[in-house]
Amino acid sequence: MADDLKDLKLELSKNGIFTTTLEELYNWGRRNSVWPLTFGLACCAIEMIATTMARYDLARFGAEVFRPSPRQADLIIVSGTVTKKMAPQVVRLYNQMPEPKYVIAMGACAISGGPFRDGYNVLKGIDRYIPVDVHIPGCPPRPEALIHAFMTLQKKIEEQALRGESRPRHLNADLPSEFPVPEFGAHGLEPAQNDEVFLNETGNPLRIIQ
Amino acid sequence: MTALPTAEDLKAQIEAGVPGAMVTIVPNGSPSAQDSLLLDHEHARAVALFLRDHPDLRLDFCSLVTGVDWLDTELTEKVKVKKLAAGPDGVETEQEVEETRKTKVPGYLEAVYHLFSMEKKHGPPSLPVVLRLRTANRSDRNHVPSLTSVWRSCEFQEREAFDLYGIVFDGHPDLRRILMWEGFEDHPMRKDYVPPADDILLEARP
Repeated sequence: MADDLKDLKLELSKNGIFTTTLEELYNWGRRNSVWPLTFGLACCAIEMIATTMARYDLARFGAEVFRPSPRQADLIIVSGTVTKKMAPQVVRLYNQMPEPKYVIAMGACAISGGPFRDGYNVLKGIDRYIPVDVHIPGCPPRPEALIHAFMTLQKKIEEQALRGESRPRHLNADLPSEFPVPEFGAHGLEPAQNDEVFLNETGNPLRIIQ
Repeated sequence: MTALPTAEDLKAQIEAGVPGAMVTIVPNGSPSAQDSLLLDHEHARAVALFLRDHPDLRLDFCSLVTGVDWLDTELTEKVKVKKLAAGPDGVETEQEVEETRKTKVPGYLEAVYHLFSMEKKHGPPSLPVVLRLRTANRSDRNHVPSLTSVWRSCEFQEREAFDLYGIVFDGHPDLRRILMWEGFEDHPMRKDYVPPADDILLEARP
């Protein structure tokens, strides 16, 4: 929104007139009703559960309704170690969620494999297969960290423009909403990563150094 | 709680009770002195039944089965050999020469069983009776007899040893992989296992 429009809005609100835009209203509604999927993988899930209970009270952010079906969920919190055997199921659950959908990778394991990185059975970060919106480091992250990640996600949703090139994925019919599910191979998961998703900070795909 | 007989006593009892059984004591030099009994394949099941059903022992509980991978090793030893050699004056005389001889010792896979007795109330913290079964080598002759028919608790643990070490348990009722998926070819707990290339650091493609 242009600055002069913002000034006008501020001026009007001082005089008791409330104005808004459809974009703001839409994003305000979306960011305050992000329903996560009831889905936990390891010890991080215990922190996630604690976050929803009375002491930390995730309900303040409109996210208290954990949905038991991916069809009703907006957010998947990958909370814990993703084993190679579990990875296809995580991707499949994500694919089953309707757009708009978001991913929080919670904890060292979900973002990189964490302390189990050198294990034969652990996926080295869920961002190899699905696009992650917010990464939280920590082992496990405290509930405050999850709340911070949640607020970061809310901020991200709030700032999305509904039109133009940078519009979110669910409003762009050209962008995919489902991602290939990795298969069990003879020595590991195949493929080892999804090049469309696994990008570095400049947006280039990452490759394996042999 | 009664104390269990020592490995030597057990060996004597087994050899008296199971005719033809070959029991070797594998000594353990650590302070726990947890000596174990190495069994031959042919009599392993009979020995296991003997230990389970003997009224004084009643080792009715197999608390764990695990695998051990022993790699092929090269043994180097110095041997004194008498040889004809020319001395400083050019005359050939018999002399003692030291030679290093290298012998290849084939590795093997080992299944280890820890036994306790529920009936005799024999359990941790006292030491278990430890049985060992060895395969002939690490590649093609990797079979040992299954003891699942003696102790039902071995079933999943033998499957785990099969999955992660590649020990084939003959006579196991349902020998499938238990942790890794069907179609996985490696045995990740073996010492020469090389993880796939996705474990190596990643860089941005130009």
